[in-house]
Amino acid sequence: MNAVYLDHAATTPVREEVIEAMLPYFKDKFGNASSVYSFGREARKALDQARQTVAEVLNADFNEIVFTGGGSEADNLAIKGAAWEYRNKGRHLITSSIEHHAVLHPMQQLEREGFEVTYLPVDDQGLISVEELANAIREDTILVSIMHANNEIGVIEPIAQIGAITKERGVLFHTDAVQTVGVMDIDVKKLNVDLLSMSAHKFYGPKGVGALYVRKGVRLIPLIHGGSHESRRRAGTENVAGIVGLAKALELADAERSVVVPRIQRLRDRLIDGLLQIPHTRLNGSRTERLPNNVSVSIEFIEGESLLLNLDLKGIAASSGSACTSGSLDPSHVLMALGLTHEVAHGSLRLSLGRENTDAEIDYVLETLPPIVERLREMSPLFSS
Amino acid sequence: MYSEKVMDHFQHPRNVGEIPDADGVGVEGNARCGDIMKIWIKVEDGRIVDVKFKTFGCAAAVATSSMITELVKGKTLDEAEAITNKSVAEALDGLPPIKMHCSNLAADALKNAIADYRAKKLQSV
Repeated sequence: MNAVYLDHAATTPVREEVIEAMLPYFKDKFGNASSVYSFGREARKALDQARQTVAEVLNADFNEIVFTGGGSEADNLAIKGAAWEYRNKGRHLITSSIEHHAVLHPMQQLEREGFEVTYLPVDDQGLISVEELANAIREDTILVSIMHANNEIGVIEPIAQIGAITKERGVLFHTDAVQTVGVMDIDVKKLNVDLLSMSAHKFYGPKGVGALYVRKGVRLIPLIHGGSHESRRRAGTENVAGIVGLAKALELADAERSVVVPRIQRLRDRLIDGLLQIPHTRLNGSRTERLPNNVSVSIEFIEGESLLLNLDLKGIAASSGSACTSGSLDPSHVLMALGLTHEVAHGSLRLSLGRENTDAEIDYVLETLPPIVERLREMSPLFSS
Repeated sequence: MYSEKVMDHFQHPRNVGEIPDADGVGVEGNARCGDIMKIWIKVEDGRIVDVKFKTFGCAAAVATSSMITELVKGKTLDEAEAITNKSVAEALDGLPPIKMHCSNLAADALKNAIADYRAKKLQSV
């Protein structure tokens, strides 16, 4: 068995069709989209087309799409940009305790700048309470940011319901949709969002390019000042090839979703059912409100990094919320927010599927993993058989 | 990230298990960091004649545990106590900096086992 890649929530390979669409913009059509001569016009045309494609897929307007240098930048632009712009209206922000660091850390920065942030908890299934969120909104609340689906446990939050409340209360609503764009059908109007972040490399596009949907009428103070690019919301000569790649990847994902996603979801269910056969193993997060490509389990009495290295030796690429893999001494804040103990959170394993995964690969994982777990447990002082 | 020696000890840990009639047992670490080591020693005439371990933790924790069991077999208690976490890491050709703090606890576990042996001995006298 060759390498089995099951870390699509981390990143995905760039599709052949996407590379082909991008290539001309490195060489023959290298122009600066701001130039008036033909090279520039070619680049401008490509940018316009890409923006139109992204807008159509999201059910947004052309001018509502801002291209960025990735998902983290889109999150930062949405959160800091809105907070700075509307600071005279209020200084209160609401988010959840399970957001990606690209949301949590800008929030913490804003706290240092005098804003107040409410971090909503989640239940043991990883879900936000819409009622609790409604109660947290105050007179001075200017922005709510709740992720569409969580990157570690794959739980899908009730974005449309939350958006209905923020709309009624006149509060801006941002969602980090980095894990869902390309996987789920995204309609910004149905989701009731004002701001939505995405990242191309999560849906078979290139790294270093993302986009932010900014509903018409919402103003943001830019993070990067300079030229008048992106309607003065993000200065810097556009990454034309990257943006073309993002749009192509999104277009392909959108067109193929109805065929690809049910297949991935079936593989996911096989994986979940198979892994839960291992004793003392639990699924992290809701089984039903779950991304079709996410498997996150906690395997008690073993530590995640040991498991990952053993899987790697067998050619399986996965990830863990263990402290050892997070670069800090604490396990994942997401798993801790679910109420898991430290020991259990250290034994977490995330397998995230993609379009190229096969039944044979799932068979291989389900054959390979249990003996590794058994061996590590035999070595664990926490385990008694 | 890890040296070849670390990976070797991680993949083929030496002396895994328990000694039911051990003369000393030591534990070190905590679940918060994600590393816990338990070590059992058998002592004869002031020398460690057998040693086994069980470890919950990352590759560094497993490898340091395995390495120390190789280092102490046949050593006197005084020699064994002189082993430091740092010398265990050196015997493995080093550890990544972040692992030096949390996952390098085998020498401490061993010291606890020796202290346990000495305490038991005092009690039995």
